[in-house]
Amino acid sequence: MTGDARALVAPTAEEVAGEVPAGRPTGWWGMVMFITTEATLFAALIASYFYLRFQSTPEWPLGGIKTPELSLPLVMSVILLSSSAPMAWADRGIRAGHVGRLRLGLAATFVLGATFLGLQFYEYVTKLREFTPTTNAYGSLFFAITGFHGTHVLVGLLLILFVQVRAWLGHFDRTRHLHVQTTAMYWHFVDAVWVVIMLSLYIGPHL
Amino acid sequence: MTLQAPRPGRRAGTHTTRSPRRAGRPGGSRWGRPSASRPAGPLRWAVVVVGGGLATQLAGCGQTSPSALDPHGSGADRVAGLWWLLFWISAVVFAVVTVLVLVALARRRGDRDTLVRRGGGEALIVIGGVIVPAIVLTAVYVVGLRDLRALTVPAHTDLTVEVTGHDWWWEVRYPDQGIVSANELHVPVGRPVRLLLTSRDVIHSFWVPQLTVKTDLIPGHTNTTWVQASRPGTYRGQCAEYCGLQHAKMAIFVIADPPDAFDRWVANERQPAVAAADPVAARGRLALERNSCAACHTVRGTTAGGTLGPDLTHFGSRRTIGAGALPNTPGNLGGWIVNSQTVKPGNRMPPQPLTPEELQALLAYLERLK
Amino acid sequence: MATVVERTQRLAESWTEAPGLASWFKTVDHKKIGRRYIWTASLFFAMAGFEALAMRTQLARPEEGLIGPGAYNQLFTMHGTTMIFLFATPMLFGFGNYFVPLMLGARDMAFPRLNAFGYWVFLFAGLLMNASFLIGQAPNGGWFNYVPLTGPEYTPEVNIGFYTVGLLFLGISTTAGAINFIVTTFKLRAPGMSLNRIPLFVWAILATAFAVVFALPALNADNAMLLLDRKFGFHFFDPAMGGDPVLWQHLFWLFGHPDVYIIVLPALGIVSAIVPVFSRRPMVGYFWLVLANVATAVISFGVWVHHMFAVGLPQLSMSFFSAASLVITIPGGIQIFAWVATMLRGRLVLDTPMLFVVGFLISFVAGGLTGVMFAVVPFDQQVTDSYFVVAHFHYVLFVGAVFPILAAVYYWMPKITGRLLDERLGKLSFWLIFGGFNLLFFPMHISGLLGMPRRVYTYLPGLGWDGWNLASTIGAYLVAFGFLATFVNFLWSLRRGRPAGDDPWGGDSLEWATSSPPPPYNFAAIPVVHSAYPLWEERFRERLDGARGSEERQLAGDHEVLRTSELDATPERAIEMPEETIVPLVVALGFLLAFGGLLVSQYVVAAAGVPVVLAGLAAWAWPRREERPR
Repeated sequence: MTGDARALVAPTAEEVAGEVPAGRPTGWWGMVMFITTEATLFAALIASYFYLRFQSTPEWPLGGIKTPELSLPLVMSVILLSSSAPMAWADRGIRAGHVGRLRLGLAATFVLGATFLGLQFYEYVTKLREFTPTTNAYGSLFFAITGFHGTHVLVGLLLILFVQVRAWLGHFDRTRHLHVQTTAMYWHFVDAVWVVIMLSLYIGPHL
Repeated sequence: MTLQAPRPGRRAGTHTTRSPRRAGRPGGSRWGRPSASRPAGPLRWAVVVVGGGLATQLAGCGQTSPSALDPHGSGADRVAGLWWLLFWISAVVFAVVTVLVLVALARRRGDRDTLVRRGGGEALIVIGGVIVPAIVLTAVYVVGLRDLRALTVPAHTDLTVEVTGHDWWWEVRYPDQGIVSANELHVPVGRPVRLLLTSRDVIHSFWVPQLTVKTDLIPGHTNTTWVQASRPGTYRGQCAEYCGLQHAKMAIFVIADPPDAFDRWVANERQPAVAAADPVAARGRLALERNSCAACHTVRGTTAGGTLGPDLTHFGSRRTIGAGALPNTPGNLGGWIVNSQTVKPGNRMPPQPLTPEELQALLAYLERLK
Repeated sequence: MATVVERTQRLAESWTEAPGLASWFKTVDHKKIGRRYIWTASLFFAMAGFEALAMRTQLARPEEGLIGPGAYNQLFTMHGTTMIFLFATPMLFGFGNYFVPLMLGARDMAFPRLNAFGYWVFLFAGLLMNASFLIGQAPNGGWFNYVPLTGPEYTPEVNIGFYTVGLLFLGISTTAGAINFIVTTFKLRAPGMSLNRIPLFVWAILATAFAVVFALPALNADNAMLLLDRKFGFHFFDPAMGGDPVLWQHLFWLFGHPDVYIIVLPALGIVSAIVPVFSRRPMVGYFWLVLANVATAVISFGVWVHHMFAVGLPQLSMSFFSAASLVITIPGGIQIFAWVATMLRGRLVLDTPMLFVVGFLISFVAGGLTGVMFAVVPFDQQVTDSYFVVAHFHYVLFVGAVFPILAAVYYWMPKITGRLLDERLGKLSFWLIFGGFNLLFFPMHISGLLGMPRRVYTYLPGLGWDGWNLASTIGAYLVAFGFLATFVNFLWSLRRGRPAGDDPWGGDSLEWATSSPPPPYNFAAIPVVHSAYPLWEERFRERLDGARGSEERQLAGDHEVLRTSELDATPERAIEMPEETIVPLVVALGFLLAFGGLLVSQYVVAAAGVPVVLAGLAAWAWPRREERPR
């Protein structure tokens, strides 16, 4: 074997099938980068929220709109943030080869996430009686930001559904679970964004 | 015709010849050592010629150029000085880099098979790319800050003018003097005048290069700037933020008057419209009040009170029509009134169907509104 | 035990895509996709160039009646928008697509299907935006599209819709491309190519890709908010309802300033690829250049307010951004002096690629110097929005991007087509473009200082602007002929150009280690590198040829590339690349439906796009048989 061939002793795809892969897969990096762009987008929206808030008259929300009440959003937060737990459990589970945990964890996450969306729908119905996106800039910001986040939750639910279907078809095991991992990353990201929204849009005006 | 592709080795040795040197030139071969003390004779001449030529041009070759380098106001004065500082720094840097590149070009060439493995050379990067720029840029920054400070609106100005941007004209008000005008403003020479800028529609920008730097007119905001003219004269400005179809034809004129002339202007401008002196003009006034003119324009002292277009109370003394689109002559005014769309297409004034007699009368009236 | 011949044959079979029309729609080969980006971007370049010629012809004389204000405003808007979004970045990403895997010693990009998808979206978004000309309603708000002019009240017509929807759509492509470049550079480098051995062009693309990831979302947020204002009555930018037009500017320039570096950095990377080869020596200051690229990308996010110095912002804020804008000069200067130092300590070969680099060096410095002037607030406030700034940004963008692209055409096209371009025609093209460019744009510094604002469809005589404008117009036509010369040269070279061979220039990087054009699998054996200039290592070619004898080095499994570690590029495992597939095109079409429907307010059509996209993505993510557990 020459020096160069020694420098390159890479297992082939087949050889690796029985081992746990070393190093971060390209798909992992892809999801990290995608999450980075989405995080930046949310940052731009939140920055716009604060910009318009502090440009404006001291009265906030504008136009006599009531400061957002906190009880429902707090419940929503608990539900959404706790959904990260079964998601992480599912992710850990499949890494150890437990398909059952994967399926159960995904199901629990889905239920919690769907509940969150349901509660958000109810919140919208209530709020829309008081103001709409076209009422003023506050209305535009509130619905655009929470709506954009809600869309992300919906996409997350679709991802979970997709992964769940594949889990039942036996696509995942100890060595093959990249899409579970990336879905979990995405889901945790969506949860983290909600924390920022909660602090900025809901709790912020009370401070 | 055969076209040539580069052949390996074609360039080898083409530039190792040395041109014969004139006796007495220090340093031996012209190509041997690029040094900081290299004689700058021809280069210096070029700089003088170019710089001098540039200066002459930029001072306003046609004498009517609204040139930033022909300052007649304190703000523009500051910036003109700043420009020349920046220009000469840039000229030197540009010359240095160009010379270095030319030196590299003049050196011995290589070919596809050459490979130089000498190390080092990073000193040039550190000095030229980090140290010298850091020093020069810091100096530039400090000078810039000083000038920025000097351009701050002075605390004590006794004259305020409100300029409001419209598509595609300038509304001008002197709130303390009760003056309303359009597209022109008068200022007293030597006194700072505060300008309050805003817009009724889209973003515009107030730019009179000979007096001061530009400031935007933004709806929902009031920006403050100031002018102080150092000499009497008429200074042309133009809207400097793209504002739609006729952005190109939205000029403004700032006329700097000596103090008594300014006071006279203010006194006259506060008056309502000059009464119609003869029957033709009187018919003209009636035409103004009864036709659609009154829907958009105000002439104080008549029943015309529209606010969509410029105030015409003293229109006769304005230099231009349509914010600089045409000189203010009866012929031009006639054409403008009948169909301004041919001059400034897209502007908000529709063609006016007037009979020839009405038009003549109207012209007679308007031209007398001094 | 398979022989070298058998393995090479297996390589060829697994990497060669089927011939025929269907394959044209299904390709995932980075070289084909790269070429498409280059062709399509060239087409948009020609369109934007004709738009410029039309404008210059109108401005040759005062009060010229050739083009009215409505048409002119569309021309200047689309000229800028097309050049920036549909030419510059796609063209550079096209060269990146073709050459980054080659320079890294890889066989493809990390995500071949994403690559194909990115191209289709670029094509569709570009066509969508330019389709606006067919109905005479091209975007007309300027390339930075300020509100309230472009809001629902002052431009209710669909012109601006083409802009907002078009750019939202296009942004997907740019982002996908950036992510692909990042992951490819992280994970697919040849063994031994540690971070300090990555070619400078790849470093430039990497810095650019990160800038895209952080900059584009600001533009997307802006356009999304404007879309909501225009179509659905939201009030983000409406001052009467608590919004603010200046918010548009902040978000736009938060994107817009990094964007100019997104355009320029890859081009400077091309210069960094060419200078060592044509100076016949390794680059002086490799480390400084890497630092400069990264620093420029990072600092570019801290200077955006210098586009807003006339807006009436607080002095403190302007002072900060002025300082940052001056600081960003330093990494720029570092790059210039690194190249100059390399040229001074090498032996120049002055073929056409280097000629364009020399022309670039001199003129780019001029553009950078006027940039320094703009960092000084009071001076900026005098000349921003005048022809002085038009001169400045063309010096940095045209010289900074187009000259290196032309250099790349002469340098890299022979690798792509296998044929060299003609040197004499190349030199003619260079002089026409260099001379024409300076005649075109230098006078604009003067007319700007003489008070001529930008974006004007005409100007009055007697203001001292006439002569300068006429000179510029003449320069424009010279430039046009210069481009024609290169285009003719390129076409000529396809048939009659001298065969390039593997390495016509004596290059230093890995793309020159394979044939011109490269085989579908790029390298018969995975290269191993020991320096930043592999082709200049002792006996590199012999070692690479010898490596074909090793099964591991050939990696002739089914369509495999080698994944390596992020920092040191030690091998991790072989990964299998996807075959050609129609799915990326389908997903792109789904997005076209969604965005097209949104544009024309046909929401049923738009909604129909969603299931197409979702189904396509599901098919995309569905594992191949080999990827499932046994």
